[in-house]
Amino acid sequence: MSDPERELRVSKIRDGTVIDHITGGQALNVLAILGIDGDEGVGVSIGMNVPSDKLGTKDVVKVEDRELSQGEVDVLSLLAPEATVNIVREFEVVDKKRVERPARVVGLLTCPNHNCITNADEPVESAFGVVDDGVRCEFCGEIVREDIGDHLAVH
Amino acid sequence: MRHDHLLSAGQLTREDIEAVLDRAAELDADPGAVGDRYADTLLALCFFEPSTRTKMSFDTAMKRLGGDTVDMGTVESSSVKKGESLADTVRVIEGYADGIVLRHPSEGAAKLASQFVDVPVVNAGDGAGQHPSQTLLDLYTMRERAGLDDLTVGIMGDLKYGRTVHSLASALTNFDARMHFVSPESLRLPRGVQFDLHDAGARLREHTDLDEVLGELDVLYVTRIQRERFPDENEYQKVAGQYQIDAATLEAAKDDLTVMHPLPRVDEIAPDVDTTEYAAYFAQAHNGVPVRMALLDGLLDGNGAGDDAAGDGGAR
Ligand SMILES: [Zn+2]
Repeated sequence: MSDPERELRVSKIRDGTVIDHITGGQALNVLAILGIDGDEGVGVSIGMNVPSDKLGTKDVVKVEDRELSQGEVDVLSLLAPEATVNIVREFEVVDKKRVERPARVVGLLTCPNHNCITNADEPVESAFGVVDDGVRCEFCGEIVREDIGDHLAVH
Repeated sequence: MRHDHLLSAGQLTREDIEAVLDRAAELDADPGAVGDRYADTLLALCFFEPSTRTKMSFDTAMKRLGGDTVDMGTVESSSVKKGESLADTVRVIEGYADGIVLRHPSEGAAKLASQFVDVPVVNAGDGAGQHPSQTLLDLYTMRERAGLDDLTVGIMGDLKYGRTVHSLASALTNFDARMHFVSPESLRLPRGVQFDLHDAGARLREHTDLDEVLGELDVLYVTRIQRERFPDENEYQKVAGQYQIDAATLEAAKDDLTVMHPLPRVDEIAPDVDTTEYAAYFAQAHNGVPVRMALLDGLLDGNGAGDDAAGDGGAR
């Protein structure tokens, strides 16, 4: 995986982002975080349950003409703690980073507590603090541990 | 330590709590102690769900401080009914008043409000979330009756939706308290609250039967199990009786047990308990005024400013 030539052959896109080592089955949630549903016309390739030395099986997502922001990269860590993000320009990997768990995620998740004020029609973004094994709504205190991908605000 | 808002009991340290309770005791003994520092101070009472008791208690406290209140009125009669957001409502009210007391049916409402205004916001109950001013008067009552250290406290009833319970349990982590939570399985403490309690190193146990712990308790804090929480009346009837106490129940308790309740009660404490030494719930309700006076004294800047000696008592 450290061989950039091999990485390049795997990720034949000119410009965009290759997200590798996604937890198996989370690829579609990763696309949801990016707000990509195919309507944008950008090229998207998804490999699901690809054999991986490190993870057993993994998902891989390649998105053309789109570079992930740091906030997007960070929130990936909640769905796919092992993910690596390669930013590609002119077929070259110009930036390669491992995701890190953020201290908080803002505007990306909706609170599963239907009675939470963030689910009313108020002019605020949701905000979740990241706790040991999940995230926690900063408004109502609700904790989300499993299936964080189900609560993406960008569906 | 200074807080601009009182949003949840979790923000209160032991020092904060003791400062408010000490100040409340002073004001209880000498209601004129604040002089006319609040003569030009207006407190807005914004109650998005009905609560005569809490609202009157804040209203009385502010007036006893020499200040005044403006009341949003009922939701039915306000622009909220026309679909105005909470954020807009509080920004408008901020222009009228020096502080906002907010009761709202949604969890997190007070926190949201606090992000839109510069005046202090007091959470007077947000859905099933928190009710920290109630907790301060609960602690005041507990301190008068039993002290606040080395306590064994039983908290019984609707622990899932009971905001007074969530705030009280959180505040008790500042003290040397053993907590026993007694509820039907379906109304256990929410995991967010459990998370905080464990995080604070609280000693707690959960029970479905009061009998298991009654004999150990110094304080029994009873809350109402709301019938409307149960999808099925039969389910409600099955559990309701288990969480009602009367004078006979309390024969198994310690002689100096203190029974508390945030009121209103329905049938969870039988009237025959009222005349026993155990009952503290009416005194508890009365304590709301001096405690809220002390709280407001700490959060609001009296216009007679400059005399720190008089203004240093609250949860600032
Ligand atoms: Zn929430």
